[in-house]
Amino acid sequence: MSHTEGRIGVPVFLETGQVFDELTHRRAEEIVGRYPVARSALLPLLHLVQSVEGCVSQPGIDFCAEQLDLTAAEVSAVATFYTMYKRRPCGEHLVSVCTNTLCAALGGDAIYSTLSAHLGVGHEETTGEPAEAGAPGTITLEHAECLAACDLAPVLQVDYEYFDEQTPDSALDLVLALQAGGSPTPTRGPALRNFRTAELEIAGIFPDADERVAGPSLAEPTVRGVRDAERTGQHAPPGDDVPIPPLPEK
Amino acid sequence: MADTAVGATAVDGAGAPLTPVLTRRWAAPESWTLASYRELGGYRALPKALGVEPARVTELVKASGLRGRGGAGFPTGMKWSFLPPFDPAAPTPRYLVINADEGEPGTCKDIPMMMADPHSLIEGAIITSYAINAPFCAIYVRGEALHCLRRLAGAVREATAAGYLGRDILGSGYDLEIVVHAGAGAYICGEETALLDSLEGRRGQPRLKPPFPAVAGLYASPTVVNNVETICSVPPIVLHGADWYRSMGTEKSPGSKIYSLSGHVTRPGQYEAPMGTTLRQLLDSAGGMRDGIPLKFFTPGGSSTPIFTAEHLDVPLSFDDVAAAGSMLGTTALMCFNETVSVPWAVWKWLEFYKHESCGKCTPCREGTGWLVQILHRIVTGDGTAEDLDTLTSAAANIAGRSFCALGDAAATPVLSSFKWFRQEYEDLVTGVTPPLVGDRALGAGTVGTGTSTVGAHR
Repeated sequence: MSHTEGRIGVPVFLETGQVFDELTHRRAEEIVGRYPVARSALLPLLHLVQSVEGCVSQPGIDFCAEQLDLTAAEVSAVATFYTMYKRRPCGEHLVSVCTNTLCAALGGDAIYSTLSAHLGVGHEETTGEPAEAGAPGTITLEHAECLAACDLAPVLQVDYEYFDEQTPDSALDLVLALQAGGSPTPTRGPALRNFRTAELEIAGIFPDADERVAGPSLAEPTVRGVRDAERTGQHAPPGDDVPIPPLPEK
Repeated sequence: MADTAVGATAVDGAGAPLTPVLTRRWAAPESWTLASYRELGGYRALPKALGVEPARVTELVKASGLRGRGGAGFPTGMKWSFLPPFDPAAPTPRYLVINADEGEPGTCKDIPMMMADPHSLIEGAIITSYAINAPFCAIYVRGEALHCLRRLAGAVREATAAGYLGRDILGSGYDLEIVVHAGAGAYICGEETALLDSLEGRRGQPRLKPPFPAVAGLYASPTVVNNVETICSVPPIVLHGADWYRSMGTEKSPGSKIYSLSGHVTRPGQYEAPMGTTLRQLLDSAGGMRDGIPLKFFTPGGSSTPIFTAEHLDVPLSFDDVAAAGSMLGTTALMCFNETVSVPWAVWKWLEFYKHESCGKCTPCREGTGWLVQILHRIVTGDGTAEDLDTLTSAAANIAGRSFCALGDAAATPVLSSFKWFRQEYEDLVTGVTPPLVGDRALGAGTVGTGTSTVGAHR
């Protein structure tokens, strides 16, 4: 990218050489148009940048700054605050293993160490040579904080889709399949694509929306209560359609 | 479940009285579609609400006694009525912001809700926006919850096409836009003012209060911030009335509540029951403790709520009863840990979380969480001293009440509450009497948070 060339202090890995094309510009405009105040679009725009670059690159920061009439420093300040914005290019897939207390107690730590040993990488590290980041079969591993699926513990996510009730063995099989170029089906969510397409959807752009929306979501523990109720004939008190009362007199 | 051994916590009475109101559509085929939602009674509350003046909806929600489901339990109708009087000529509009940034460890109710029944949240959002005269509503969803983002965006599209959203909703003259907004991985954004800063495209750091969001919230305009489960409770209240709602739960904590059971439980999951249900009842419904190993400790509402022990199995899980027993109801995230789990290890893991998520704005939290992690790590790995125990509690006590927002208090909570019930375990660790407690068999026997665990490798 010519406009960052020769800048002092810009690490080489941020120079991915990608140009934000016409389509990305149109998508950015669409995102900005959703908000009453343009700056609210910054978080989605940073996700959009990652969908193109696989991380928040320096050109990506400049791109966001241009769209929102901010300085690069203002954008950087935001980008560096949030865990989901990656400073180095992510692999084809991002594997996030919950190692918070509850998942860890049920095997999350063992899952993480198994994957870490197999991949030969640690937290926020990527397999393969840096130049190949994002190449087929490359994987970035990370510790995740509580993924809000504790009844399905231990859990992990790949490209932000849930793989629930994992074991070290099932997680290893999953990662082997990813490395072999497979597209395993999440427990909840549609068939996996990759980190970048996930980031596009997180930015609020949903190609193939109908197909992706229909990806499965029903996990047994989630519906245990409601199914138990049905089986045992329990229900909330029956309610009539009661008129909304008038305002009390002052 | 008479054959389910639960050791010291033997459950023998009836299970929880299950009252699916919020969860009742979750197992329906294609539950997330507009067709399914309508077939199961959806979008019937909306025309009813639009048919009366907005203040009457607020008054109804006040009368129902609904309290916020995000953790604090503030009366919802009262929160709405704290907005300054509506003035159509006011220079800035009013906003509804829905806090869907579910991330409190143990909490796992809003994500299944949005995945299974997104229209329920959308209908609640439209009614609430109407009640507070807001023309714009943002749903701030945790970024990692990708399938929820998809489902919600799909629901907004369907609702717009059906005339429930957009201009002149159902011929009422009321206009509303809803934007589904993704966060980017910051627990602090669940704090309402940090959420607002984040939604404005800034670092998610909390704001000084006052002014409260009701006066100066999103874009410095009057704003209501409510949790997902709270908003989803609104349509049933509009449909069936305040008395019906109050026929469930306790006087001060009315209604139905999603209890999330996780951990060493035979059948973990989401169990919806009236406010005031006890863990003993819920565990009975969930088949008791797994493998017959007794319950050691649990959180009533996530890691930020003081831990309870088997002594507290009969505390009614309502806002006031849990507070009276010395903890907080929080998000009714009931993480249940059995006798094999080391309490100092569990607390250390939680503190790693708070340290990572501290936003860095205030010194007690930013520095304090780092120190707590270091001391806990020493203790858990067997290098702690008796003095460390005092340093630990003193540091925790100096964070609690002195930090800018509740995250600091929350970080001190596991330390202080675990010392209340399990001080001996910390002492055993520093005196070398280390019982062979582990997180689970998967961690390998005889180690406390070491071995296959991540001591020293975690960030």
